[in-house]
Amino acid sequence: MSAALAFEDVACVRGGRLLFEEVGFALGPGDALLVRGPNGVGKSSLIRIAAGLLPPAAGTVRVDGGRALLAEGIALDSELSLGEALRFWAGLEGRGHYLVDAENRVGLRSLSRVPVRLLSTGQRRRAGLARVIASGAPVWLLDEPANGLDSGAISMLEDIVARHRAEGGIAVVATHQPISLPGAQELTL
Amino acid sequence: MSAWLRIVLREVRRAWSSGGLLLPVAFFLLVAILFPFGIGPDARLLARIAPGAVWAAALLAALLPVERLVAPDLESGVLDQFAVRGIPDGSVAAAKIAGHWLGFAPPLLVATIVAAALLHLPEAALPALLASLAIGTPGLAALGVATAALVAGLRGAGALAGLILLPFAVPLLIFGVGAASGQPGAIKLLGAVSLLLVAGCPAAAGAAMRMGRS
Repeated sequence: MSAALAFEDVACVRGGRLLFEEVGFALGPGDALLVRGPNGVGKSSLIRIAAGLLPPAAGTVRVDGGRALLAEGIALDSELSLGEALRFWAGLEGRGHYLVDAENRVGLRSLSRVPVRLLSTGQRRRAGLARVIASGAPVWLLDEPANGLDSGAISMLEDIVARHRAEGGIAVVATHQPISLPGAQELTL
Repeated sequence: MSAWLRIVLREVRRAWSSGGLLLPVAFFLLVAILFPFGIGPDARLLARIAPGAVWAAALLAALLPVERLVAPDLESGVLDQFAVRGIPDGSVAAAKIAGHWLGFAPPLLVATIVAAALLHLPEAALPALLASLAIGTPGLAALGVATAALVAGLRGAGALAGLILLPFAVPLLIFGVGAASGQPGAIKLLGAVSLLLVAGCPAAAGAAMRMGRS
């Protein structure tokens, strides 16, 4: 899996306010970046810039390889069952057959028939993670992936990210919670 | 199946599943029924205003689903997920227009048959009315999605949507009623207006969705 993600002197302005500037890093296969900082400092904006959803106010962003985003919005149709809702996204990329494995890895296989609207906060996070896994994209952009997760699920998340990096993927994790990413670069905004 | 078709099918499913379809159609019929109540049982007068009444009712009914077309997707991050996958916003908007039309127009055409009977429209005039709606509704659906994208995330979106959509729908109304009343050339102009909206609205809606995201 060839993948790369690099920021050079990136600045972010939101609502006329400078959130951060001169942010730079370079990630290659197997690398991870842990983005830390208090609320409102621009962690989510950095993830959105990396995802290409937000143009940087200055600097350049280079991405090589597909991206997968786990953000605050669950982006699953609440009237569908979890399995059907995830199948829409996996099907969009022609990767429907990877879904069962992804559901198993986040421990949601048994909830496949449960309507999305009945899921708890932590289960929604895990569903978002299943979508990221099933996407097969090498560059993972995870915004507060540990929100609502219990301690068991957090170690599951750490294992999932570790395996993704071992397979040559890249992970950018923005979080205010302690998540262990061995050998990850750290960026404090 | 291509990604675009999947998005279209999702829109159709959302239109049918949430009961979001029954409401506009019931509203359409109700507005059409108001005219006989207001004007009285004069069958000849009703037959004369029937095309205009049906078209006005269709415009008002087209306003109802506007709030669920784009705003929920913006809020829940669906539009972000499309964008991360490299699907152009205009293409998402076009899929939304196609899905919205498929969900909205067929039931509206069926309801038109009922409304035409209530308004004492002569049977011979019904095909022209149905044809005018079939040609005009794609433009109306395009306008609905573009409006939905523009007002998504704003307060008072519903009222604002009416103020944006209805003025742009006036040419559809004029040529639609003209075509339904058998005026020569009106059906071609209706087709032209509808085509223009279908061609232009995806870009406008896509730009609005992009703005809403950043």
